[in-house]
Amino acid sequence: MNRGFSRTTGGKPLSSLNIRRQRAERRFRRIGLFGVGLALASVLFLLGTIFSSGYSAFWRLHFAVDIDFDPVLMNVSSDPSLEELRDVNYLALFRKNLERSYPEVKGRSERRKLAQMFSESVPDILESLVISNPSLVGSKQRIWVLSSSSAEMIYKGAAPRDIEETRRVLTDQQLTWLDQWQGENLTRTRFNFRFFTSGPSRSPELAGLGGAIVGSALTLLVTLLISFPMGVAAAIYLEEYAPKNRVSEIIEVNINNLAAVPSIIFGLLGLAVLLNVFGLPRGTPLVGGMVLSLMTLPTIIIASRAALKAVPPSIRDGALAMGASPMQTIFHHVLPLAMPGILTGTIIGLAQALGETAPLLMIGMFAFVADTPSGILDQASSLPVQIYLWAESSERGYVELTAAAIMIILVFLVFMNLLAVFLRKKFERRW
Amino acid sequence: MNLKRKMFGLAVLFAATVPYGAVQARDTIQIVGSSTVYPFATVVAEKLGKKNFNTPVIESTGTGGGMKLFCAGLGVKYPDFTNASRAIKKSEVELCAKNGVTGIIEIIIGNDGIAFSNSANSAPFNFTKEQLWKAMAEHGPKPKTWSQIDPSLPDVAIKIMAPPPTSGTRDAWNSLVMKAGCKSVGKYDDLGKKKCAVFREDGAVEEAGENDTLIVKRLAADPEAFGIFGFSFLDQNRDQIQGSTIEGVEISLDTIQSYEYPIARPLFFYAKKAHVNVVPGMQEYMDEFVSDNAVGEYGYLMDRGLVPLESKSLSEVRTNVSSLKTIDG
Repeated sequence: MNRGFSRTTGGKPLSSLNIRRQRAERRFRRIGLFGVGLALASVLFLLGTIFSSGYSAFWRLHFAVDIDFDPVLMNVSSDPSLEELRDVNYLALFRKNLERSYPEVKGRSERRKLAQMFSESVPDILESLVISNPSLVGSKQRIWVLSSSSAEMIYKGAAPRDIEETRRVLTDQQLTWLDQWQGENLTRTRFNFRFFTSGPSRSPELAGLGGAIVGSALTLLVTLLISFPMGVAAAIYLEEYAPKNRVSEIIEVNINNLAAVPSIIFGLLGLAVLLNVFGLPRGTPLVGGMVLSLMTLPTIIIASRAALKAVPPSIRDGALAMGASPMQTIFHHVLPLAMPGILTGTIIGLAQALGETAPLLMIGMFAFVADTPSGILDQASSLPVQIYLWAESSERGYVELTAAAIMIILVFLVFMNLLAVFLRKKFERRW
Repeated sequence: MNLKRKMFGLAVLFAATVPYGAVQARDTIQIVGSSTVYPFATVVAEKLGKKNFNTPVIESTGTGGGMKLFCAGLGVKYPDFTNASRAIKKSEVELCAKNGVTGIIEIIIGNDGIAFSNSANSAPFNFTKEQLWKAMAEHGPKPKTWSQIDPSLPDVAIKIMAPPPTSGTRDAWNSLVMKAGCKSVGKYDDLGKKKCAVFREDGAVEEAGENDTLIVKRLAADPEAFGIFGFSFLDQNRDQIQGSTIEGVEISLDTIQSYEYPIARPLFFYAKKAHVNVVPGMQEYMDEFVSDNAVGEYGYLMDRGLVPLESKSLSEVRTNVSSLKTIDG
């Protein structure tokens, strides 16, 4: 090749034309490299900001409190029944214990400020401890409980502490308590398991993604059950049976168009048809999955057709020559060979559906659902919608939760895309 | 063959779940409505969830959107409560009645002030309603800078982020500020209520959507910009933003409760009497919402920025709740 080029200069020293061409070549390469660098830098910047503001959500600040499970304070007999223990006012038990531990804190509003250092969940923690182990009654225990979100934000440095009291999330007195407890080793941090198990909450320290993960999984299940069989059937018909004429061309163009329709249009369709005409229940994984399957369908059809087309005609001819019916040819020979490509397309389609928010907002999958949904007919939330809801909340603690939820959804997406790559690499056959 | 049978079974199972669930009675309360009331409603919902009831499902649709869903009919398909940052309109009561929704219970839960805020790093300001109208109205003088309205105001460009028309905050702002400002410049009789409330469309006023957290972030970054939103957002973000005084009155729990702060309004939610005792937990939800624990002087909703009712009106609200008094007889 190079010899050919140098021949054209006829053995003379490099002409100015050639130097210019080489320069243009280098310039073009540099522009390309710059483009790649810019794209990488912005992705890294995005991931960096998300990670730096979100990683702290994976651990939670706990405070130690000394609780005296005094039967008198709890207003129960010395050997109480479970019934009795359920009726105890655990908030009062907690407050009275705080008064004993901090006798110097006087006055209603001061005591309230002290109680506000702790999470609202403390009474529930005490209750579950006592119910699961009634022998605690009468004993004194040091118990680790969640801190309030405001105290945690100061501790983590997510909210500023060197500003005047009126603008800070904690008062001067609360700040002193925090420092004092830190000095006395009454604080510790632990991994935030709740983030993966519990549903959303109005208290940032109690909020989790569990409900949203289940909601997303149920929605994707419905999407898969609808769009996979339909998409593959449509692809087989179009590729193997449909005559090549004007009608099939129009269908093909329309499927490609459908893949480019903005997703919110599908949401509007779902609202108008599924909710208003058919009266399906609002905001459920059933409706969400149906709307998202409309969106995934073209992706699956296009990928499946490409996979079917890639199976060489000799396979079909061979099967037909051995006396197989066209249907046997397809199901016994062509489809298994095309399956890796079809599955890859399906997974990529589902990954798109997982990150989709707009159509879900239209069909009402946009609610505060604290209980984990137990079926496709329960109202549910989903991962991207949960991120949106948290991003809208006023409390400072949701900033880190939003970023952490984005990290989780990115992990799911990366995992699904890796699975698609793996399937393709492992099972794909080249002829 | 085996695979085929499995697939068929799955399809039957799938088809069977659809009608079964749809006719089942609902045992989870459904709530729609205002985004301003939403944070308070979710707290109460969580409390109810801890008392052997399902946690109510709450969708933030805006006051107007919530009324539409609420008034669409009676029965399990329609929401039991709607939150509102303004009182129900006559036209909405009529819509409800047309669809068979009668027996609407109105519950006032507290007050809210609308803050007109800027970055905490900028100077604090005082505005009058007239100045705000002049700055924001399409049919006003449309000045470029605040100093063109009044020489005592600073010489910076007017940049205001306002709520969209679907928001109850916008409705309240229109009736409390735009209408009053229009009247005080003497243009109300000429323009009428609708034209007075039209915002400028030359870029000085921007409709920033329902995402108040985003507005807070933009205010913190832009020292010249102002934003309009409920008191709770100001209260939670005092390290970043500050509220302007309006007609010389600072925004605070006390001034909102006494309505000294000129842009204060009550917050509501509405219930369907016919659903009470059908959907479990509705009575308990209402009781919890007006209990001392929630909206008393030291109630947990006060921590979230709700401004309590005065005790006289609170006891009236409680009587209404326990007697299930309806607004339409």
